[in-house]
Amino acid sequence: MAAEGFRETGDRSRRATLVIAALAVLLAVAILVSLTTGPTAVGFHDLVAYVTGGADAMAAQDRVILESVRLPRTLLGLLAGAGLAVSGAMMQGLFRNPLADPGIVGVTSGAALAAVVAIVLGGSVLAPVAAFFGPWFLPAFAFAGGLINTLLLYAIATEKGETSTTMLVLAGIAIAALTGAATGLLIFIADDRALRDITFWSLGSLGGATYAKILSVLPFITVVLALIPFLARGLDALILGDAAAFHMGIPVQRVKRLAILAVAAACGATVAAAGSIGFVGIIVPHLLRLAMGPSHRFLLPGSALGGAALLILADSIARTVASPAELPIGIVTALIGTPVFLFLLLGRNGSSGLRGL
Amino acid sequence: MISANELTFIRGGRRLVDAVNLDLKPATMTVVIGPNGAGKSTLLKLMTGEIRPDGGSVLLDGADVTTLSARELAARRAVLPQSLALSFPFTALEIVRMGAIAHGSLTPERDARAALHRVGLAGFEGRSYQALSGGEQQRVQFARVLAQAPQPVENGVAKALFLDEPTSSLDIGHQIAVLEIARDFARAGGAVLAILHDLNLAAEFADRLVVLHRGRVVASGTSVETLSDRTISEVYGISGAVGRVPPAHIPFILPQARHG
Repeated sequence: MAAEGFRETGDRSRRATLVIAALAVLLAVAILVSLTTGPTAVGFHDLVAYVTGGADAMAAQDRVILESVRLPRTLLGLLAGAGLAVSGAMMQGLFRNPLADPGIVGVTSGAALAAVVAIVLGGSVLAPVAAFFGPWFLPAFAFAGGLINTLLLYAIATEKGETSTTMLVLAGIAIAALTGAATGLLIFIADDRALRDITFWSLGSLGGATYAKILSVLPFITVVLALIPFLARGLDALILGDAAAFHMGIPVQRVKRLAILAVAAACGATVAAAGSIGFVGIIVPHLLRLAMGPSHRFLLPGSALGGAALLILADSIARTVASPAELPIGIVTALIGTPVFLFLLLGRNGSSGLRGL
Repeated sequence: MISANELTFIRGGRRLVDAVNLDLKPATMTVVIGPNGAGKSTLLKLMTGEIRPDGGSVLLDGADVTTLSARELAARRAVLPQSLALSFPFTALEIVRMGAIAHGSLTPERDARAALHRVGLAGFEGRSYQALSGGEQQRVQFARVLAQAPQPVENGVAKALFLDEPTSSLDIGHQIAVLEIARDFARAGGAVLAILHDLNLAAEFADRLVVLHRGRVVASGTSVETLSDRTISEVYGISGAVGRVPPAHIPFILPQARHG
């Protein structure tokens, strides 16, 4: 079938197109599941009635649940999942390393630290800044935090354009430890309300989704998704190394700068809206590389669809398994993600490409 | 078309490339030889615009390469690096396709297939690059370079190939095959600069041979002019080895002897 075809021709574009189509279907299913599951019995039939018959076809209470709880939650999951998976794929391309997940190497913790700074000091020292940025105060801060950590990491772990796995992981640990300590210090001086917010952030949740939050994230994720066509070819070429990419006409520094900005924007915005949700950025690109190959022109759009579907489904699980209580979504993604990460690390699959690094 | 003028590159107080003048002309295959650390790869990196010189300049049709964009340079020359390890499982075809895209091909898959065919790797399209042998990987990269410069002359403009030890991982048959493709490229009007370690292959394939030693050009010209006993002994520390056969009990294989 398709698999045999590419083994003969080496051309996986047809196969990748099919995978992307399948992911689009999966995302649609995930959205349906998310809209029709939860502690309240608003099911598929109610949804159909709502869509076809308008708002009157549904009880007012159910309508509120659908419109102001499940729909924003699903939309936020869509944006956050797409952003996390795309930033993971971009980061792995940038670092030429399938292990480079924003969560593992400390980008997310940088964004989280900045978010905590914004929460704790937003009412006092940083009040004028908060007033200036308005609803974008938190995402802008988280973006800056993610950007600083990405730049730090790149400066430490990369030498002459080559990134060693050891340096990447070690630098990530060091940076995460430092930001963790700073976060701890802030928690120490935080008041009760801020403390609750911080606890929520540390594990991540789509629970607090509102349309205002969605609007504050939307521009960041839109920019990242819009960058995909401009970065795909450059990231592909960078896999061959800075020099080879330059020789093939890629403006290497510009591509890298854009990729770093995109990673920080996606992570920052997601952390600001949903807390630090780990592993989406490593699970989705890894599985997609197995299914369609590593070329970014398919991997990046595929990651956007797959990440959105994964996070929406993970959120559906998070709010149903322990119903009426809710698991933090970070626990669900970690349960799925850790085995994938270990699998990659142990390099049991030759195509993971970690052996010999 | 590409000329180095008093090109100098200094690192750690050492002149890795020292006042080198070198002119790459269309329809000429230039081969650079020299011992380890002579500055061959550094010279190639300077001439491709990959690194900036500390003195002198590299001109591409009169324009300083440091002022040209990556895209402008890629339209005029393709570069084969020494060796490339990948951390993602691209197929051979996907690697070569990048070269075709860099050339601006509208049918990159077809052109990539043609390039693989030229280097004798037809049938390897779907093989994972990581699973190939070192020599096969080197030929895939050579195919990528050929896909970026499929025609030695396009719309009256000559292209250049820069090959850094293109034969280092290859058996003698494939060494000759790769260098024949490079020479054909030059015969058809392109410019070629190749770094070689094998002096016999260098002697056979070079239209112009450049001997680099401690960053300086110590000899330049045809292989007959440059491969003298004096130069080889001065540069490599081996004397009495030019144009002589070893004692009868040591077999020797000279590839250029196949021309009879």
